[in-house]
Amino acid sequence: MSSREAILARVRAALSDVPADEPARRERERTHLDSHAAGPTLDVLENRLVDYRALVHRVTADRVGAEAAAALARRGARRVVVPPGLPAEWAEPAGAELLADSRRAPLSVRDLDAADGVLTACAVAVAETGTIILDGGPGQGRRALSLVPDYHLCVVRADQVVDGVPQAVRLLDPARPLTWISGPSATSDIELNRVEGVHGPRTLEVLLVEPAP
Amino acid sequence: MSSATFLGMPPFPEAARTAVQDSRLRHNLRRATHTIRDKRGLVVGELGDDWARLRAEGSEIKTHTLRHLDHYLEQLEESVTRAGGHVHWASDAAEANRIVTGLVQATGETDVVKVKSMATQEIELNNALEAAGITAYETDLAELIVQLGEDLPSHILVPAIHLGRSQIREIFLDRMAEWGTPAPPGLTDDPRALAEAARAHLRERFLRTRTAISGANFAVADSGTLVVLESEGNGRMCLTLPQTLISVVGIEKIVPTWSDLEVFMQLLPRSSTGERMNPYTSTWTGVTPGDGPQEFHLVLLDNGRTDVLADTVGRQALRCIRCSACLNTCPVYERTGGHSYGSVYPGPIGAILTPQLRGMGSEVDEALPYASSLCGACYEVCPVAIDIPEVLVHLREEVTGRGGHAGEKALMAGAEAVFSSPGALGAVQRAAGAARSLVPRHLPGTAGAWTDTRDVPDVPAESFRRWWKGRDDEREDGR
Repeated sequence: MSSREAILARVRAALSDVPADEPARRERERTHLDSHAAGPTLDVLENRLVDYRALVHRVTADRVGAEAAAALARRGARRVVVPPGLPAEWAEPAGAELLADSRRAPLSVRDLDAADGVLTACAVAVAETGTIILDGGPGQGRRALSLVPDYHLCVVRADQVVDGVPQAVRLLDPARPLTWISGPSATSDIELNRVEGVHGPRTLEVLLVEPAP
Repeated sequence: MSSATFLGMPPFPEAARTAVQDSRLRHNLRRATHTIRDKRGLVVGELGDDWARLRAEGSEIKTHTLRHLDHYLEQLEESVTRAGGHVHWASDAAEANRIVTGLVQATGETDVVKVKSMATQEIELNNALEAAGITAYETDLAELIVQLGEDLPSHILVPAIHLGRSQIREIFLDRMAEWGTPAPPGLTDDPRALAEAARAHLRERFLRTRTAISGANFAVADSGTLVVLESEGNGRMCLTLPQTLISVVGIEKIVPTWSDLEVFMQLLPRSSTGERMNPYTSTWTGVTPGDGPQEFHLVLLDNGRTDVLADTVGRQALRCIRCSACLNTCPVYERTGGHSYGSVYPGPIGAILTPQLRGMGSEVDEALPYASSLCGACYEVCPVAIDIPEVLVHLREEVTGRGGHAGEKALMAGAEAVFSSPGALGAVQRAAGAARSLVPRHLPGTAGAWTDTRDVPDVPAESFRRWWKGRDDEREDGR
């Protein structure tokens, strides 16, 4: 008997107390809330991101390119990785050298390591937990892009922000590789005190794009 | 560069007696467990009544999954395979180690990077790889500290919780050079500097290693998705940059559907690190062309789990999502530390999981169900409502049912080691209603004796007498 068969047989023997007619598939009853509102969605997201020591700027849609350029200039980022599908008007005003990456023509890990930062969009953001989720869709690219460069500048549109985790889970496609990012990389391994900045980007800067007034 | 092992550790009462004598250990543990307890309390409190609903749902999802584990295992296998992954089944530690070693050898690599994983610690994978000439590099900061120090993990979430910053600095200065990039000569014990040293030490390793080994926090049956929660980005490095990824996952880690994560992604971060969300969570489903590892292997591990499943009372231990809230709240763990439990799973959950997984065949395992005062704090904080005291009592019945009085002796010895002081008495009396009968009647009389195993309490900013006097003065002022 293969180990697969042996394990499944042991599982079935262990569950002899479970009635044979108890269904394995069922509709789960949901009793919990969709979110735990603590104020206007964008305000909550901004507060939670700041809590994680991310840098946050509220900008209007027509100002994304200018604000991105300003952020990159403050950082002194001259060589910036850009994923496919990123709106040209976000990156072009920067005046930095743009390093285009794609699955077909990927930058090497060394190229990514040598870059000064990366500019991406996101798929979904969760206000309550200060979480930005990338799914590899347009303007987000391969997972390595938001990982290896030490600086991540991320553009989050107001219409991508939900209040709570359950709402985000419903919007996401598990077939895509997902990265949930809540602040810059951090550790609590030394005396359980949180220290920002380990292996992932040590600086996360967010442009939160509000609808035009 | 050998890895330490729990094999040959003394039983809990003996180990605990030694541990409580270590004042530095006591200080480190007290500081760390109280920090995390407070943080957890705040972020759990934020969710108000909804926490209880999430907890009940989390418990129900896990219970349901376990009751139909065969169905969900087959579904997971099918989903992962469909998405381009390869699924392997391992009955025990030896088989899992053989499978993983073979998979690494097939890549032709002799170095692998590892994401912190309880399952691979449980099977002592690093030792098996080493025997095959393969070096496994731990990349989680606390795991790195333990590996460099040739130490043993003492906590599920923070394996180096027993060490303070100055001890970590010494280990980095002494040992990093032997494993790769050395620590900077002027390294201080500032946690920022220590984290920076870890970044520099592992950077090159991440960029060039072609094979990684991980565990998983969850494996989703319907979508075939694996989920890893972490903080530092070392997990992302291992899950993203290498060509080959091997994940060793206990069969109890399954959840039925993707939507179940809406519950667990709220329960786990708040219970474990006391954060609203951990810095990074990665999810992947099989292989994504052009993004991340192009070869993915899932090793499903039994190693005693089906024995636990067969016990209708003890089965609930398999609901555990490894948050470690029960360790952080436990008055016994706070005083003895994790090493005393003689297992990679310490604390209250370890006291019920380890003896069931290993089968209570040894003195160490027979003593573990007694490593508790039955105060119930672990049950209160458990995000999936595992009734740990119920299982402890159930396992004690099993030990005594075998005619072993060793257990009873262990109980009394353990109680003596942990509670042999007036200071402990007060703390434990508040916490441990059910344990009152265990506290020895005769306590050592001298202050010198009890400070051997106790920390002097924090001195309050104002004495009671002063406070009382101030209160009278205020009244006389007519305020």
